[in-house]
This record gives sequence, structure tokens and C-alpha cells, in this order.
Amino acid sequence: MDMNGRGETIVEVKGLRNSFGEQIVHENLDLEVRRGEILGVVGGSGTGKSVLMRSIIGLQTPDEGEITVFGEPMIGRGEEEGKDIRRRWGVLFQGGALFSTLTVAENVQVPIREYYPNIGETLLDEIASYKIVMSGLPADAGPKFPSELSGGMKKRAGIARALALDPQLLFLDEPTAGLDPIGAAGFDELISELRDALGLTVFLITHDLDTLYAICDRVAVLADRKVVAVGTIDELLALDHEWIQDYFRGPRGRAAERTAGAAARESAES
Amino acid sequence: MNVAAADFSQSEENGACHLRFTGRLTLARIGDLPERLEEVHAEKLVADVSQVERMDTVGAWLIHRLVRDQGAEVVGADEDQALLLQQVAQSDQLVKVRPDRTPPLYRVLGQVGESTSVALRSLLGLLAFFGALLIATWNIIKHPSRFRFNAVVQRFEVVGVHALGIIGLMSFLVGIVIAQQGAVQLRQFGAEVFTINLIGRSAVKELGVLMTAIMVAGRSGSAFAAQLGAMKLSEEVDAMRTIGVSPMEVLVFPRVLATVLMMPLLGFYAALCALVGGGLFTWISLDIPPITFVQRIREVVPMTDLWGALIKAPVFGLIIAMAGCFQGLQVEGDAEEVGLRTTTAVVQGIFLVIVLDAFFAVFFTEIGWI
Repeated sequence: MDMNGRGETIVEVKGLRNSFGEQIVHENLDLEVRRGEILGVVGGSGTGKSVLMRSIIGLQTPDEGEITVFGEPMIGRGEEEGKDIRRRWGVLFQGGALFSTLTVAENVQVPIREYYPNIGETLLDEIASYKIVMSGLPADAGPKFPSELSGGMKKRAGIARALALDPQLLFLDEPTAGLDPIGAAGFDELISELRDALGLTVFLITHDLDTLYAICDRVAVLADRKVVAVGTIDELLALDHEWIQDYFRGPRGRAAERTAGAAARESAES
Repeated sequence: MNVAAADFSQSEENGACHLRFTGRLTLARIGDLPERLEEVHAEKLVADVSQVERMDTVGAWLIHRLVRDQGAEVVGADEDQALLLQQVAQSDQLVKVRPDRTPPLYRVLGQVGESTSVALRSLLGLLAFFGALLIATWNIIKHPSRFRFNAVVQRFEVVGVHALGIIGLMSFLVGIVIAQQGAVQLRQFGAEVFTINLIGRSAVKELGVLMTAIMVAGRSGSAFAAQLGAMKLSEEVDAMRTIGVSPMEVLVFPRVLATVLMMPLLGFYAALCALVGGGLFTWISLDIPPITFVQRIREVVPMTDLWGALIKAPVFGLIIAMAGCFQGLQVEGDAEEVGLRTTTAVVQGIFLVIVLDAFFAVFFTEIGWI
């Protein structure tokens, strides 16, 4: 464990059970997220990736189980009590979830205004500006309303808002879905740069194999209502699980592996 | 854990102003640092961040501002901090937070112009929509197999049967209110017995149909707009078009037909409910027995009142259903627009109904249906 506490457990889920009526989504699910890592969460459609994220951030009350974030238990915490924890994480929802009546820049300012009302207007505007540019949006996106943005730009604006409070923990729900490949690669790069610079921990739900190969330190596989395996991609490939083999050994998995291999060789040569 | 607030000390060394930062340069601990930093002005600035415990992008931004505005030199930054500073510096671009504001006068003028053009365009749009509906109707008449019987019957149920309870209750109450208020006024002239004329003529001629139209606009017109709007948003309507199914025939026609056919029935039913309410009041309060009430109603309400109402009702139904479907299909963009369009559909529907009602009133008087 180094000075920043890298490797320490920052999110811990134990014995989680979620169900909607008759349908059980999670049963006895365990998962740990370590500080400073980018944890990719994969799984087929309907395996409850988003539900898991919503359970951790407190939008969904699980039937059973324990969830601790930053060492604090999350279940049964009220709106007000959870505020201190909530400002230490940022969340990007699938569709961006921007507030439609505010401009992009104002969206970014919302969390800052909420938690730090004493920050001056000039500084607020400047913070919004660099967050927007950092998230890869063009400068003229600032005064636009969400309805004027494309899907990819909405996601970037969502990231800018998620990063507003300089969180330690970032939850991303399919951040690269709907982005063009160049944009997606830029996004991967952005996430990994921010992780390095800010010591971010990232909980990343994704279907994007390129993202998994490019930036994820570990990958958690959701199947059969729980996390069936967690590890680096190489570790996962060594496992004899049908879904994991299909996922990583399928045509798309192999293509992503080749790209990742080529990129690694290139950076080794230079 | 020691959480020191961000702070800095100032000292002169070798003719340069040294700013030594300490504590946590983070958003949570920034305090009044931004204001204090703004007062620092020196020819040569050195920002020493070696004592900083933690730095986030906001801290890095403040340091970057010194570098940008006053050419400060940063010393003592470790690898992570240097990366952060570099990141922030790369992101330094002027971004506008809000759209430019126009002066109030221009804005008001602009809004007036825009509303006028929107009103005219939606009227034209409605006319075009009516045309498209006629074409769709003609197509269905030419190819009766395309007529979706089940869809229409289902709409009958939603528009008509499900509305019976609320429309009946509303009309019943309105009947009582008119009887009661009318009786109070007419009593002053000793003409209480004319309360029956008042109830009979107003309920059959105007109120039954008008109140029903307002209720149907609120219940079904809004539902049409919201349903079609949601379908437009989820691209269901586009999917239909690409498959070759006409949304006019499948979505709009059954709704309009159901409303047109249901409106006269509901209007007649509403008039009856109002008569029952009024009759009940006159019986209890004015001691006029129901048999006399019915007899009087037959004498004072001419058949033309009922014909007029039954002629108006389908026209009102057409307008309400068309406004609902038209606005629903205009939805573009986001979910907020569904709400806006739904409101517009109801407002437009009721407004046009009342305007037409005025025309009908004049027309019926002119042809002698007094």
C-alpha cells in the first residue's frame, strides 16, 4: 500500500441480493473495488450491471447484503446523512442525465453550487470552462442546452458534471456506448489520464471490449446473479467459464485483443 | 487524518516573490484562497507547491492562473501534480456559461413575433393534418381491409366507456348547480317554475356537449398527444413509416373516428345526467314532482336543441382528436416536449371548440333554431 493508499478497498459489496417481484437479479453477490484501479464490469444484457451500480450509489435499496463505500456503510442512510459520501463520487448515467433546463456549463456548476456555495462566480465559470474542455467538448458547447447536443456530446457533458467535485470515485455506466470509435478511444484516454492525475478509482460498466483492454486494471464478470470472476483479462481468459470464453474469444474479443497488443508493441518500441 | 485547509505564505527571495502553498489545494478546502490570490501582484512570481498535501483540478487551476496571468514559475511539483497542472493548462479555453442575453425589448418583440408565427403555422399545420386525415380516410374506404376494427373498438372503450363515470358525475353536479342558482334568481320574480326551462334548454343545447368536449379534451386529447409523442420519441412512428405502415391510418384514424363517434353519445348522456341532477333539485327543493318536470321539459325544449347538440358534438370530437394527434406527432427532441405538446393539444382543442361553438350558436339562430 503506497502513500495514497492505492490497493486499499474503497467499495465493498457483500452478499447482495436484489429482486424485482419474482425475478431475482442478484443473489449473494460479492465485489470489491480497490483504490486507484479502473474496474470494468461486464455481463450479458439483463445481468444487472446497472442495478449493481444503482445499489452501490444508493438509488436502489437491496433486499439483503452490505455495501460499504469509503469504509462507511451505505444501506439505510438517509439523503442528508449520505451527503458527505456522495460528494466524494461522481456518476455518469447511460444517457448523460443532464438537467434539461440548464446549459451544459450550468449543469457542471450544479454540484459545486450545492456543496460549496461560497465559491465565487468567476471561479465557478472558470471551473466549468476547464471541466468542459477537459471532457473533450468544444468550447462553444458551454452555453448550449442538452437538447441541442448529440448523444456523444451529452455523455461528455455528463462526465464533466460527474467530475465537477473532483471526486475520488467515479461511476460510469457505459460511457463509450454511442460514441464514434475515435471519440471512444479519446474517452478511454481521458479516463485513464484522470485516474493517473487525480488518483481516481473508476467503476466502469461497459460492453466495449476495446475499453476493457485499453484501460481496465481488473474486470468483474457478472453472470448467474453474481460476480463469477474478477481479475485481469489474462486471468479471466485462463478460467473455464463458458460466457467469459465466448465474450473474450469471440470475433470482437479477438479483434480488441489484437488492437491492444499492437498498441502495446508500438508504445514499447517508442 | 489531518485535514489542513489550503493556505499560502508570501516571502521575498532573490528579488522574486515566493508563494509557498500548504495544506490541501482541493475544492473542499479552498476557502478564501482564490480571493487572496487575486490580490497578489509581483514582477516575478514563484509558486512553491512542494508542501501541498493534495491537489485537485481546482487547486491546479488556481496555480495555473498564476502562471497564465503573471508568468509565475512553479517549483516543487511532483509527477502527479505536474501532470495535473499540464492537464488543466491544456483545458484552458474560454467557454461561455450562458447563451448571450438579448435586450428585453428585442426579446419581447421576438417572443410576440415567434408566438404569432407559431400560432399561424400550427393552424396551417392543423389544416394540412386534416387534409392528410381525409386522404387516409379515403384510402381506408378504398381498401376496407386496412380498417383496423379492433383498434377502433378499443378506442371506443377508452374514450367513451371509461369516461362515463366522470362525465356523468360532472354533468349531474352542473345540473344541480344551474337549478339551484337559477331558482334563487328566478324566485325574485316569482318565476321559480321557469327553472325547468333554464335547466332543460341550457343542458340540452349547450352545456351537455360543451362540458363533455372539455372533459374529453382533458382526458383523451391529452392522452393522444402523450401517446403519440412518446411513440415519436422512441422512433416507433418512424419505424412504422419505414415498414410501409401509415401512421395516419393506424394511429390517427382510429382515435379520430372513435372520438367523433363517441362525442354525440357522451354529449347526449351528459345532457341527460344534467337533467336528472336538475330534476332532483327541483323535486327536493321546489316540490315539483319528477313527472311534472319531465312533462315540462318535453314542452319547453324543442327538438332542434337536441339536433343542434348532436350536430356539434362530432365536429368537436374531430377537433379535439385532431389537435391531440397533431400535437403528439409534432414531438421532436426530448421528453420535455411531450409535456409541452400535451398542454398545447388540450389548450388548442378547448379553444377551437369554444370558437366553433360560437359560430354554431350564430348559425343555428340564423336558420331559425331558436
